[in-house]
Amino acid sequence: MSSGWTVVLLVGLATMAIKSAGPLLAGGRALPPHLTGLVGALPAALLAALVATQTFGGDHELMLDERAAGVAVAAVAIVLRAPLLVVLVAAAAATAALRALS
Amino acid sequence: MRSGARAAAPLAVAVGAFGVPFGVLARSAGLGHVAPVVMSATTFAGSAQFAAVSILGTGGSVAAAVVAAVLLNARYGPIGLSVASALRGSVALRFLQSQLIVDESWAVSSRGDGTFDRWRLVGAGLTLYCAWVAGTIAGVFGGDLIGDPMDLGLDAAFPALFLALLVPQVRTRSALAAALAGAAIAIALVPGTRPGIPIIAASAACFAGWRRR
Repeated sequence: MSSGWTVVLLVGLATMAIKSAGPLLAGGRALPPHLTGLVGALPAALLAALVATQTFGGDHELMLDERAAGVAVAAVAIVLRAPLLVVLVAAAAATAALRALS
Repeated sequence: MRSGARAAAPLAVAVGAFGVPFGVLARSAGLGHVAPVVMSATTFAGSAQFAAVSILGTGGSVAAAVVAAVLLNARYGPIGLSVASALRGSVALRFLQSQLIVDESWAVSSRGDGTFDRWRLVGAGLTLYCAWVAGTIAGVFGGDLIGDPMDLGLDAAFPALFLALLVPQVRTRSALAAALAGAAIAIALVPGTRPGIPIIAASAACFAGWRRR
């Protein structure tokens, strides 16, 4: 088997296992009360981490580039209660415009 | 389910647009025509696929490619746990639903109070899945059809989505504490660790919200 297919197979199996672990082990039932609060705070923590890394993350370094301007424009749109589609288009358009200028 | 698909539709454009360069990159890394499409259909996790294929393409070992991809996807452990109580049905059904979990479908299905809507997750996940696989096929067979998605600023659409979905989450003090701690941990770890580690470590931030209760 070529190394390409080996990677496709191993990464696919590992990812399926990781994604299904929680839903298979704890799926469909309520968590014990002391864990509910903990898991309930996960979305906020993970979403914030995704915003931070996808706005400022580079190759092993922090970067301030056009993405930050796009996300700032998105933040303004969110504060103005714009629909999600408008928020996304505004972020992409601002980032693209700055890249075209620089 | 339809509301999930509708919410994910604008993102599907961006996800599909990134599927094209993945197909192009995978082909140039020597994976041929079929393996990249199989990978998108079975792994369905953009950043891990890009990492694994680019490591192979630059002469890295199979082990290095697999480890990088697994580290990047490790966040789906805590993410899967957070939606677990919403995914009902038989073992096979729960397995299939869990494969539709990606950052975007998970985020779109969040109700903002720590609970998740299963049908929004499935609707959004299926929409994004089709876009990702179709984009990969276009990239493998059509080459660089749409140009660089970076030129269109599409990479900024993802953090913008996560921000839009984060805002309704942080209505309580504990959620705000968890969000601030999560962002701080992730930012602090980006320079010193492999990609993927900052997000996993940030899940520890839920303790910040928990202990204040």
